[in-house]
Amino acid sequence: MTIALVVAAAIVAIIVGWLLRQTLNTKPWIEQQHPIENVRAESAWSLPPVKVGLGVFLAVATSLFALFISAYFMRRMGADWNTLADPMVLWWNTALLCLGSIYFQRARTAAQRGQIDGVKVGLLAGGAFTFAFLAGQLWAWQQLNASGFYLATNPASDFFYLLTALHGLHLLGGLWVWGRTTAKVWRGFEVADVRLSVELCTVYWHFLLVVWLILFGLLLST
Amino acid sequence: MAVAIVLVLLVVGSILFHFLSPWYFTPIASNWGMIDDTVTITFWVTGFVFVAINFFMAYAVVRYRYQKGRRAVYEPENKKLEWWLTGFTTLGVVAMLAPGLFVWAKFVEVPKEASVIEAIGQQWHWSFRFPGKDGVLGTVDTKYVSVENPFGINTDDPNGQDDVLIASNEVHLPIDKPVKVLLRSTDVLHNFTVPQFRVKMDLVPGMVPYIWFTPTRTGKFEILCEELCGIAHFAMRGSVVVEEQTAFHTWLSSHPTFAQSSSRGAGDAVAGDPLYATCAACHGPQGEGNLALNAPKLSGLQDSYMQRQLKYFKQGARGTHDEDVFGKMMAPMAATLVDEVAIENVVAYIKTLPDKPAPATVNGDAAHGKKIYATCGVCHGPKGQGRWSTNAPRHAGMSDWYMVTQLKNFKQGIRGAHPQDMYGPQMGFMADLLVDDQAINDVVAYINTL
Amino acid sequence: MAYVAHDESDYVPPAEVEEVELYHPKTFIGKYIWSQDAKVIAIQYSITAIAVGLVALVLSGIMRLQLGYPNTFSFITPGTYLQFVTMHGMIMVIYLLTALFLGGFGNYLIPLMVGARDMVFPYVNMVSYWVYLFAVLLLMASFFVPGGPTGSGWTLYPPQAILEGTPGASWGIILMLVSLAFFIVGFTMGGLNYVVTVLQARTRGMTMMRLPLTVWGIFMATILALLAFPALFVSCIMMTLDSLLGTSFFMPAIVSMGQQLDYGGGSPILFQHLFWFFGHPEVYIVALPAFGMVSDLISVHARKNIFGYRMMVWAILAIGALSLVVWAHHMYVSGMNPYFGFFFAITTLVIAIPTAIKVYNWVLTLWRGNIHLTVPMLFAIGFVFTFINGGLTGLFLGNVTVDLPLSDTMFVVAHFHMVMAVAPIMVVFGAIYHWYPKITGRMLNDTLGKFHFWATFLGSYAIYYPMHYLGFLGVPRRYYAMGNTDFLPESAHSLNAGITIVALIVGAIQVVFLYNLVWSYFKGKPSGGNPWGATTLEWQTPDTPPKHGNFGPTLPVVYRWAYDYSVPGVDEDFIPQNQPPGEKTRGLEET
Repeated sequence: MTIALVVAAAIVAIIVGWLLRQTLNTKPWIEQQHPIENVRAESAWSLPPVKVGLGVFLAVATSLFALFISAYFMRRMGADWNTLADPMVLWWNTALLCLGSIYFQRARTAAQRGQIDGVKVGLLAGGAFTFAFLAGQLWAWQQLNASGFYLATNPASDFFYLLTALHGLHLLGGLWVWGRTTAKVWRGFEVADVRLSVELCTVYWHFLLVVWLILFGLLLST
Repeated sequence: MAVAIVLVLLVVGSILFHFLSPWYFTPIASNWGMIDDTVTITFWVTGFVFVAINFFMAYAVVRYRYQKGRRAVYEPENKKLEWWLTGFTTLGVVAMLAPGLFVWAKFVEVPKEASVIEAIGQQWHWSFRFPGKDGVLGTVDTKYVSVENPFGINTDDPNGQDDVLIASNEVHLPIDKPVKVLLRSTDVLHNFTVPQFRVKMDLVPGMVPYIWFTPTRTGKFEILCEELCGIAHFAMRGSVVVEEQTAFHTWLSSHPTFAQSSSRGAGDAVAGDPLYATCAACHGPQGEGNLALNAPKLSGLQDSYMQRQLKYFKQGARGTHDEDVFGKMMAPMAATLVDEVAIENVVAYIKTLPDKPAPATVNGDAAHGKKIYATCGVCHGPKGQGRWSTNAPRHAGMSDWYMVTQLKNFKQGIRGAHPQDMYGPQMGFMADLLVDDQAINDVVAYINTL
Repeated sequence: MAYVAHDESDYVPPAEVEEVELYHPKTFIGKYIWSQDAKVIAIQYSITAIAVGLVALVLSGIMRLQLGYPNTFSFITPGTYLQFVTMHGMIMVIYLLTALFLGGFGNYLIPLMVGARDMVFPYVNMVSYWVYLFAVLLLMASFFVPGGPTGSGWTLYPPQAILEGTPGASWGIILMLVSLAFFIVGFTMGGLNYVVTVLQARTRGMTMMRLPLTVWGIFMATILALLAFPALFVSCIMMTLDSLLGTSFFMPAIVSMGQQLDYGGGSPILFQHLFWFFGHPEVYIVALPAFGMVSDLISVHARKNIFGYRMMVWAILAIGALSLVVWAHHMYVSGMNPYFGFFFAITTLVIAIPTAIKVYNWVLTLWRGNIHLTVPMLFAIGFVFTFINGGLTGLFLGNVTVDLPLSDTMFVVAHFHMVMAVAPIMVVFGAIYHWYPKITGRMLNDTLGKFHFWATFLGSYAIYYPMHYLGFLGVPRRYYAMGNTDFLPESAHSLNAGITIVALIVGAIQVVFLYNLVWSYFKGKPSGGNPWGATTLEWQTPDTPPKHGNFGPTLPVVYRWAYDYSVPGVDEDFIPQNQPPGEKTRGLEET
């Protein structure tokens, strides 16, 4: 549970840190602040709500993965833990997801510069690599299955299936938003209309890449 | 106004209740008087806060209740007062915490001279294991648990051979000797609690937690399971008898070691044949039972159950209650079996008899009985086949009229209430579920359909 | 920051919080069923939560019947008793209190109090409710499946939760786990809304430190819930896999009913860690909104600013942060490494300090106030009294040594009902009496309200205070029957019977409250927009009840904190938050 604790502490620290910048020490009953002073100026946050929403959601997802990883470490102390031979295809998958993330980043840059073609290429390639990653993950499952590791064979394989499935589901959720955005681009929307969606997707993909790298490291190390 | 008076009355009433009501800790019977002291300290600290804040609040409500024209005082904060209160609270917390941690350190560290025993919990009864002459408990694993080896002892471990097995809800402990109890479960979570000892700890399958205490008072104390463990959780009781050293040793030596209990044979049916002649007079040559003579069917019954009941009749744990008319007839018959070997032999013979279902004689609403039986089936098996792990006998295809009598006996405390009847009290609890005779007939009618 | 002279203060620059485009439905169904208006969603949440709470109340009555009069009622068997215990606990904690405080009060009050038109993601907010409703229906369905609902206690501890020997170990537990997972998904949708709305949709001038404590409480509780509920989600998934697919996350080698099972190596303690990593913050998820709301009730009805506002905010933050590191105080006797006891006893007792500060500040708010003993105020006082009692008994259980004799006894039951059932419910009632006029435009009946208060307050104290002493005697919790034991005096059984009688009466009297809710909706005294003379924004709306969009054509601008009551030199005893400096307060009589 130490890991969950550290992650929770980090998230709480971020929240408290932000709140401290909210002049938590002011005496609000003293009318020193003039009415024209407003929320935005004071909080210095001019992010659109969706972005903050995504940030909060990522905090929830971080908590979820951290708890799974905590459980992983606690369960690993059991005597019946057998090390799993991770399929080699995972290395390829990691490369694919990295490429996916890179192309999303390119889409984002293009969106900021207003280049619709760049956005199209970035989104298409990013999505394609992500699908390839998911297909690769399924293949990895097949390989494990073929070598006799089923869902309930051993705690190591239990966790392998569980963690990869969870990560994959998060990616699928992302792909849904990706699909809507890509469809918009194709239906001829302006760059300005999709810029925010592209940015959100990119942040989300980077997050899931980091999560995957941590999970992959974890699966490799045991 | 009324609310202020009520607040004061509630505070005063709570304090009076605390001091005057007859309900408080049971008299302590272990070395953990220190725990009671920490409770007392906590009571004083929290009691002070309880009285002070509530009286202050009651006063404020009276003194500053609404009056037309009066204005509240505008006072956003008072840093000094707030810091004082914080400091004061911290002090109170330290006053409670420090002794608590000190005692906990003692609880965690088991004294070196403590003897080690093991308490085993399973749905829904207790058993115990003493280390035997070598002073070391043999290794165990849930994987080894079976009908032949209910304790799950590793047969390859020489340390386990002389372990003394107490296959009973009752354990004896010597007075004034610290004891470390290893807590082992083979199925679900349980909890070992003796209210008079104050300490408790869960039994967790897959690991072995412990507690330690020194019994300081002789007597019999109830063991309660205090971690929810299924339907019969509330009936999972046991007892600790604290006694002098010599009595304890006598008791301990009356129990078999693992080696003895596993070397004992299954009984000799041939030797049992002549012994059964006495039984056959009432129970019938085929063990089929005889309603006219109030003798139930025996064939098909588990041997462990028959052995236990014969011992009870012999010891007087059954068939001694004044109202147990037919039990009193059985008791002298059981007495003719001279020793445990004789009991095993006769039981072995009964096992060879053909098992034909007893005829149904009881009328009842089987559909209603089926609902009731949901509870029974958990121990006795959904098909009424009986289960060794819960010490529950088979009752499908057995004499229905006998079950009616026995359920009534359990309900009225005629059977099962004897202190030496280990699993009888559990059945007593369960028989209490049957609110009237109709319910008894219904459930037996359902058993007839199994 | 540009300085602007006071005489320019009537100039209102264009709002920098963007106007949201609200979806205004035309049909009845769109307006009241598939509604995206946070206020309608709030009422949907509240009605569902109260309805399911009534089921749980009836279950508790049945449990009390068994405890008070064992072996009298043939329909209460050990199995059904445990099922009722489980469903009562889970419904009350999750499906009633969490949903009502955050989904109900949170949805209604956050946008109004921060000066927003609606939640920032209205569509997600609507989906949140429907997912919640689905979770409730799944849970209720477990009453009708083979074997009935799970009877493993609200803590759902494995291995027993998924083994034969516990009622509902096949269907019931799976429905429970799936329902919880849905609840968490639904809650996360709502929770994102609450947090982002507080962060991003505050109206101009509404700094964090000008927020009413109600919003602070709900805000912090939501953050806690967002971080803690994943722990329950994780344990639900892993237990479902253990049960359905035979994995061994939580399951060690087991002999169940004489059969060796195909499990091995898992750790039941792991589940307990995960469960309580959620379970303890859950206490504060319920408590923090209650703390916040009661602060506002006391302040409004004592006509005095809340004492030590900054300290109150800091205490909410401190409690929120600390509540993540105290979970294992539920596990002192669970068989975990006993050395953890030292750490968790210290953190647990440290959390008592900010909590105590909150109590002092409530009482000090009453001090030198001008206290109107209205029904909301009565409930607030009732809360403070109950909470002091329940909080203090928490110090018994949090201190590892003192916990030893009391853990798993009726003392625990009495403690958490005092602190987590009666105290928050007092606030719920107080809050409903307080905000009902805003929601419906009519006052609740005062006489019925007072009767309801006295019966509930005195009755629940009479139920739970003596119950602690059953715990001292050693009566365990979750026992279907005590039977004849030599350590319990006969009088303990009479005490149990007495508690049952009071409990049934108190339960029945809640009908008065329901009647009052319905009756006053049609026949209650019209309340006007601000019947209590309160400063916060929800009382300053142009319409009562507020229309979709809350604030008419322009959003209010906030000029002051939420507690300007009885400010010296001002005629009226309150100044609304949106009143510019130098303007006269709109008096009560004018509204």
